[in-house]
Amino acid sequence: MMAPSPSILPLELRDVSFEAGGKRLVKDFSCTFAGGKRSIVLGPNGAGKSLLLRLCHGLIRPSAGEVIWHGAGGGIDPASRQAMVFQRPVMLRRSVAANVDYALSLRGLDRSRRTALVDEALARAGLSRLAASPARVLSVGEQQKLALARVWALKPEVLFLDEPTASLDPSATHGVEEIIAAIHAAGTRIIMTTHDLGQARRLADEVLFLHRGRLLERATAEAFFAQPKNDLAQAFIRGELLWWRRGRDNLAARPGAPSEEGDPPCTVH
Amino acid sequence: MTDFGAAFAAAFAMVAGFDPDLAEIVGLSLQVSLLAVGLATVIGLPVGAAVALFRFPGRTALVVALNALMGLPPVVVGLIVYLLLSRAGPFGVLGLLFTPTAMIIAQVLLVTPIIAALTRQVVEDLWVEYEDQMRSLGAGPARALTALLWDGRFTLITAVLAGFGRASAEVGAVMIVGGNIDHVTRVMTTAIALEVSKGDLALALGLGIVLMTLSLAVNAAAFLVKETAQRHYG
Repeated sequence: MMAPSPSILPLELRDVSFEAGGKRLVKDFSCTFAGGKRSIVLGPNGAGKSLLLRLCHGLIRPSAGEVIWHGAGGGIDPASRQAMVFQRPVMLRRSVAANVDYALSLRGLDRSRRTALVDEALARAGLSRLAASPARVLSVGEQQKLALARVWALKPEVLFLDEPTASLDPSATHGVEEIIAAIHAAGTRIIMTTHDLGQARRLADEVLFLHRGRLLERATAEAFFAQPKNDLAQAFIRGELLWWRRGRDNLAARPGAPSEEGDPPCTVH
Repeated sequence: MTDFGAAFAAAFAMVAGFDPDLAEIVGLSLQVSLLAVGLATVIGLPVGAAVALFRFPGRTALVVALNALMGLPPVVVGLIVYLLLSRAGPFGVLGLLFTPTAMIIAQVLLVTPIIAALTRQVVEDLWVEYEDQMRSLGAGPARALTALLWDGRFTLITAVLAGFGRASAEVGAVMIVGGNIDHVTRVMTTAIALEVSKGDLALALGLGIVLMTLSLAVNAAAFLVKETAQRHYG
């Protein structure tokens, strides 16, 4: 059922940096993703989580360093074995079923094989009754489920998810998380960003903590949520407002600096 | 004033009575403009989409040129086609001057830039929204082209309509390359110009009424199709 062996994993990022507009947004990122687990990339806005996923998925090229699929080669195109779900899914202006079918046709599957795969994917995502509906009139939650059904039909070996529930209500989030869990249970490697700590707790096997474009900590979910080693990660899982806290700590640490609550973070001379 | 009133009455009588002269002129006008817009659509949609999606040297210049060509004066197009098709011109041997074919050629030249330029804008905007998703699914610009045209179909109706409006209303190009020959190349706009100069206001007004009604009907129909479809497909 799953993508045929050999695997394209492990995926290695070697000293990857990404610059845009003269700013280094991802800095000297090195890590390896092997098979099996669900990695959750955590971090505040602007930490470089989405960029990291886009670099891995090949949507953008690193300014320096390399993204290497070690299992690829010998005629295997790594792009054909991975898929991505975005925060806001883009649905084509056609029916629900046709959206899944289009993705399969891009992978070169002929029509006779596509029909069964489309039905199967929609059934798994609980969208069968909407198969003939226009995709764009679905609710946001249903559209995200459809986005998952669409990638599920592709049976990717690696699935990247960029804050897939960021704009969903709790019940839609629950539905989406169930589908992600099912995709993982069927053997797909999950690499996902979120800034929802509860979601990270529910889904993560391991956590990567990013801050300002750097990987500050990588740990098993158990270890990370028990006690992160990095002080910024500690502040983050305590739910503190990272930037504010950080500035405050630095000010407070300096002798003679204003320390009462409510002081402006900087003074005008 | 009575002349004016009589002309209106005569015009309505002609329209209501399906006057054969009027019907012939209307028929030829529709035939020429619809064929021209059909051809311009077949050329303009893929050209516009390609300019929107591909990066190549001179692309910016081409975009500017396309936009500028939207305002191409019909008489200039008429003149160019006239020179090309005249006996001494490169395509003189084809003997197309003063035929409906020549009029279609001129209108295709006039309308294609309009459809292509508007299509480019529509497809470029869509690509901004779709690019990451399409690339992720494995579709680069070349494979995404048809899907983008299909997804922009409701907006592109407006582009084609703009082309039809231009083709059916212009008089300069068809006058020069068609020659306004009775029963051969006389269309609504050239007939109106002629009848007014002759002083036969009834036929001119009748044709004017038909032209306005057609334009209104086509636009209303397209608007309704667009609205219903957009509500249905989102």
